[in-house]
Amino acid sequence: MVVDAPDVAKAAKAGQFIILRIDEKGERIPLTIADFEKDKGEVTVIFQEMGKTTKQLAKLSEGEFLEDFVGPLGTPSDIRKLGTVILVGGGVGVAPIYPQAKAYTRAGNRVISIIGARNKDLLILEDEMRNASSELYIATDDGSKGHHGFVTDIMKRILDSGEKIARVVIIGPPIMMKVGAQIASPYDVEILVSLNSIMVDGTGMCGGCRVTVDGKTKFTCVDGPEFDARKVDFVELMNRLAMYRNEEIKAVEKYEEECRCGLH
Amino acid sequence: MQEIHGEKEGKSKKERTPMPEQPAEERIKNFNEVALGYAKEDALAEASRCLSCKEPKCVEGCPVNVDIPGFIKLICEEDFSGAIEKIKDTNALPAICGRVCPQETQCEAFCVLGKKGQPVAIGRLERFCADYERQQGVQVPEIPEPTGKKVAVVGSGPAGLTAAADLAKLGHKVTVFESLHKAGGVLSYGIPEFRLPKEIVQQEVDYIKQLGVEFKTNYVIGRIKTLDELCDEFDAVFLGTGAGLPSFMGIPGENLNGVYSANEFLTRVNLMKAYDPEYDTRVRVGKHVVVVGGGNVAMDAARSALRLGADEVSIVYRRGEDEMPARREEIEHAKEEGIIFRLLTNPVRILGDEKFNVTAVECIKMELGEPDQSGRRKPIPIEGSEFTIPADVVVIAIGTSPNPIIFKGTEGLEQNKRGTVVADEETGATSKCGVFAGGDVVTGSATVISAMGAGKKAAKAIDEYLKEK
Repeated sequence: MVVDAPDVAKAAKAGQFIILRIDEKGERIPLTIADFEKDKGEVTVIFQEMGKTTKQLAKLSEGEFLEDFVGPLGTPSDIRKLGTVILVGGGVGVAPIYPQAKAYTRAGNRVISIIGARNKDLLILEDEMRNASSELYIATDDGSKGHHGFVTDIMKRILDSGEKIARVVIIGPPIMMKVGAQIASPYDVEILVSLNSIMVDGTGMCGGCRVTVDGKTKFTCVDGPEFDARKVDFVELMNRLAMYRNEEIKAVEKYEEECRCGLH
Repeated sequence: MQEIHGEKEGKSKKERTPMPEQPAEERIKNFNEVALGYAKEDALAEASRCLSCKEPKCVEGCPVNVDIPGFIKLICEEDFSGAIEKIKDTNALPAICGRVCPQETQCEAFCVLGKKGQPVAIGRLERFCADYERQQGVQVPEIPEPTGKKVAVVGSGPAGLTAAADLAKLGHKVTVFESLHKAGGVLSYGIPEFRLPKEIVQQEVDYIKQLGVEFKTNYVIGRIKTLDELCDEFDAVFLGTGAGLPSFMGIPGENLNGVYSANEFLTRVNLMKAYDPEYDTRVRVGKHVVVVGGGNVAMDAARSALRLGADEVSIVYRRGEDEMPARREEIEHAKEEGIIFRLLTNPVRILGDEKFNVTAVECIKMELGEPDQSGRRKPIPIEGSEFTIPADVVVIAIGTSPNPIIFKGTEGLEQNKRGTVVADEETGATSKCGVFAGGDVVTGSATVISAMGAGKKAAKAIDEYLKEK
């Protein structure tokens, strides 16, 4: 989804996110910035239809308006010339990886990108990622494209190859980041993950996004969203993400029922 | 007969006219306002108690120095429009102040009548005037000739709104930047509907818009623009960003599901209207809710939890009732509604189940020792007195500090250790040229009216600064 938001586009940097609200009664949801064009004043966000709000978002047509669109939020990624960087994106996690690939390349790094999805139809930004990276690998869970297996398998292979890697950035579902962090941990490499937590304001005001990093409580929205993967308490993160799961399921059921009745 | 009549009058002079309220058993089932406001007769009766002191002490007790005897006299003359105009000379937000100011420690504390009986109910009269005006339709004052100067106000809470209104009335072009989608700051996200209806906040904001002030919501200074960039674009900047960063206790279990900061809990309920099933934002409704803290925010959270449908809500506070920073009225209202007060009690850890949900709060009993730096007696844990309170929702309401996001990418703004901005008490001037600050961002969490007082002083100082510039 491309949103006309000139002030946000002007200030946006890789690694940041926005919060949007569809209408007066809607919730505030955080979405990572997938792309931004300062000249056109446009910000691109990519979302997966999961909860009620994303299902509503999918129904919007070109030219329609959002009630609120606030950003850029979060601390931008610390992108500078490091040498070789591996970027790993899974599912919609490829969206936030894309601006990073461009930024790392622009900063003079050799960028090895690994992107994946459950199957080839769910794979996003393949061409964009190819253009933005020095090398691109693809993995799908069902083998319908690229490596039959996980993105982290390819990551391990590269780390094992002995090539000097300065940093690995892993963005995707929490379980993928947890596993990826475990696999990369024994190697002499910096590992970063970008967390997606439950948030309300996104400015450090509510603390709903708190996460334990290195034994200390941090706020994902302002201290992150990027953290040292070795220090993140992923179990707590996953538990906290499940906090409103039952309510979310009910909200989706109610919404879909209303759609069937032609109310939306 | 005459004597009896005289006695009756004497009694009525000693006691204030009662405020009509929703009964406790009713109001805990809804989010409507608790205090219903004076009728005309109530206001006239109460106003007639004022002695019109020649040297009114009450005015000194008001952080924005409202001409209290002046507006009360106009009420007696049934000139309610005149009365509200008099208030608005110095106070841009009377409907809000009449509801949430701690009058008992400010204006009313100085009322001569308070020495022998009850002081004049100044706050209730202020509210009456503001509500009267709203029913009649608010008059927009004349806007003066533009000065050509542009001022940025960061934050649309009580400090920012007051500064914006005063600066606009002086002819300056004011733009207010608000990070949330709605203006009002703590008035919108923090103070609950049953204490301050959001419609009233909106109307006060609309009034300020009519003064020519532009509001930019969804605009996070420190992210979308830095303070330095604002300094380049505007002739002066007022920082009224409040104290929005919630403090946690740092005890085990604080990140369990069901543990909220008061900010998050109240924002979900107030700003996002989680109490209304028509709205999408959710909040966990506990059966047993424990609120930690003893301020107004703790009372607000406890009373909100009750209205959401909790069976039992308790407030856990480490000192005694006398030490509670909350307003007397709020404590009384909370007690009437059945909130349990567990005083001299402090949480030591929060317990949860295998699904990461809160199940209980382990607390320890406290006793009061010698006075500490705050002048209050220091609470000391009583060893071996640990006990647990069952809880499925815990709200931490132990205070807030300034949100550091505003300071990102800015240089030369002096702060002290607690993260507050160093500013001159009289003018709000900071170490950075052209930048003024006031309210909680300077003082740490305090009251709505003290923030307004600071906004007012800063507006005056900014005006002088702009004239000299």
